[in-house]
Amino acid sequence: MPELRMREALREALREEMLRDDRVFLMGEDIGAYGGSYTVTRGLLDEFGPERVIDTPIAESGVVGAGIGAAINGLRPMVEIMTINFSFVAFDQIINNASKFLYMSGGQFNVPLVLRMAAGGGSQLGATHSHSLEGLYAHFPGLKVVCPSNPADAKGLLKRAFRDENPVIFIEHSALYSLKGEVPDDADYVLEFGKARVLREGTDVTIVGYGGSVHQALRSAAMLEDQEQLSAEVIDLRTLRPLDIDTVIQSVKKTNRCVVVEDDWQFGGFAGEISAQVMERAFDWLDAPVARVSGKDVPMPYNRNLEFAALPSEEDVVEAVLAML
Amino acid sequence: MAAVRTRRDRSQTRIDDYLLSEAQLEEMYYHMLLARRLNERMLALNRQGRAPFVIAGAGQEAAQVGAAMALKKGIDYVAPYYRDLGVNLVFGMDAREAMLNLLAKRDDPNAFGRQMPSHWGNRERHVVTQSSVVATQLLHAVGIALAAKMRNDPIVVLASCGEGSTSRGDFHEALNFAGIHKLPVIFYIENNGYAITERTDKEMAIEHVADRARAYGIHGAVVDGMDAIRVYQTVAPAVAETRGGGGPYLIEAKCYRLWAHSSDDDDSRYRTKQELEEWARKDPIKLFRERVESDRIFPPEDLDEIEQRVDDEVKEAAQWAASQPDPAPEDALGFVYKEL
Repeated sequence: MPELRMREALREALREEMLRDDRVFLMGEDIGAYGGSYTVTRGLLDEFGPERVIDTPIAESGVVGAGIGAAINGLRPMVEIMTINFSFVAFDQIINNASKFLYMSGGQFNVPLVLRMAAGGGSQLGATHSHSLEGLYAHFPGLKVVCPSNPADAKGLLKRAFRDENPVIFIEHSALYSLKGEVPDDADYVLEFGKARVLREGTDVTIVGYGGSVHQALRSAAMLEDQEQLSAEVIDLRTLRPLDIDTVIQSVKKTNRCVVVEDDWQFGGFAGEISAQVMERAFDWLDAPVARVSGKDVPMPYNRNLEFAALPSEEDVVEAVLAML
Repeated sequence: MAAVRTRRDRSQTRIDDYLLSEAQLEEMYYHMLLARRLNERMLALNRQGRAPFVIAGAGQEAAQVGAAMALKKGIDYVAPYYRDLGVNLVFGMDAREAMLNLLAKRDDPNAFGRQMPSHWGNRERHVVTQSSVVATQLLHAVGIALAAKMRNDPIVVLASCGEGSTSRGDFHEALNFAGIHKLPVIFYIENNGYAITERTDKEMAIEHVADRARAYGIHGAVVDGMDAIRVYQTVAPAVAETRGGGGPYLIEAKCYRLWAHSSDDDDSRYRTKQELEEWARKDPIKLFRERVESDRIFPPEDLDEIEQRVDDEVKEAAQWAASQPDPAPEDALGFVYKEL
């Protein structure tokens, strides 16, 4: 299997889907000649031409709205929003239109639209460039929310997104674009939505993550083993909607402890959702309350020291696990 | 009920002054009148406590019917707004369906009881569903037109809204995008003088919305929206031009909202009786009848007969719709995701 960076794996998925289905086309700011802010679409304009790789005005609501219209009229658009932070400007189109059209029209108008966005902090981009909104988007019925943690998943899940009949919010953690990994080059390599993956088996605690936080979970599991001789099981949710809670429950019934790690703010966040579902379905198996390790309750600061302080770390996860014992 | 029943076979030959045939003029009158009478019955039902909410297009029938008749039914797309009952009637909705929609009945083909009234949508008829946030549908029209252009499908999309909606960013983003790609969209502004309670001078510093066309490199036109024939004569050539690749149009139909914003609004708090009376004299349905009568297109008894037919249809539709089933509680679920 070839080894690719995540941005290359995403590009391969786009390219393969455009070759497979001539209804697929791409729109976004800087995605054509420039190849995208994170260079995911580099080369696609040359290969597919300006009709299928469209550089758009900086107008997120406009591009998403146009994507909705194109989807209604039979195409399979992918809209790249440079970062998830700018999706606030398109929020009404995403929530009031894309997520609700099928329901509000009594099943007549589905919106097969793929919205790709970079997310997450850790790159010194400040308070309005560093959001983690996976949980926010997962709140809305009608949307599917995907957050890959590695190149192979990125490819397989993005290919799957184009085969969906519904709007898919595809969230890429900006710190992972250069992450390398083995990626199947089979054009039929497509992953299912709603299938979490156990990345590391363990017996003492279940650590749940998604997107970027999967890597904190893995590093903390290694630390727990080396420093504390504890065996942690690590679960990558991969998609928040649909959510594979069964895999988490199964694991918790084995380990009797659960920590959820996310970059997002804790208050009202997705870790709370996981925690509630674990409590509802595995209360009697828990030896300690479910712990949440999250970002600090502040807008993301810019200075490197401050930013590190605001983000959850693997040490925070280790601490949370030790507090449960 | 979609086809208009004519008293006699009207001539299909175009009348020079009108650019419309007798048959089309009859259809025009029928649809304008049907829109008005339906709205009147809806408001009556609301006042009787039988319909929770009414939002109507009284005063805008000429603007709506004249424009919609310039399109190809079921081939072209419309992305209407909540006052566009007239547009929907031209595109195939009948009186019964309009009443099912008002009462949010199970079999309302627009939304099956899931949407507020007047949020129309019909995939088969190419009427795009909509949210209540104004001007958002202009962008959907842009996307529909973009997809059509990519497939070399020679359709036109008519996206309509009130002049108040043109204050929103989505209006700007839609016209900008359509201008860049020369898309086959008619942005159709029904300038009815009021954005809910605010007069246009609180919404914009210019007199004509259509003046903004130049800023987007697209065509602009202003038309008397109280005159259905003039509306048709303005929109039809624009449709032909944009269908042929001539790029988008911004057409502003000057009309007047004869009623309050909705059944929940008291318009006596922000406009005078004199103003209303003045505009009532320019009622588009009355003007139409006067013109075709004075030009002797139809004998008065033919027009009376159309009025009678409309009254009968509206009455029957209201009674019939009231007896139709509501959705069952379990119908609240479903249609959140489309299965593969």
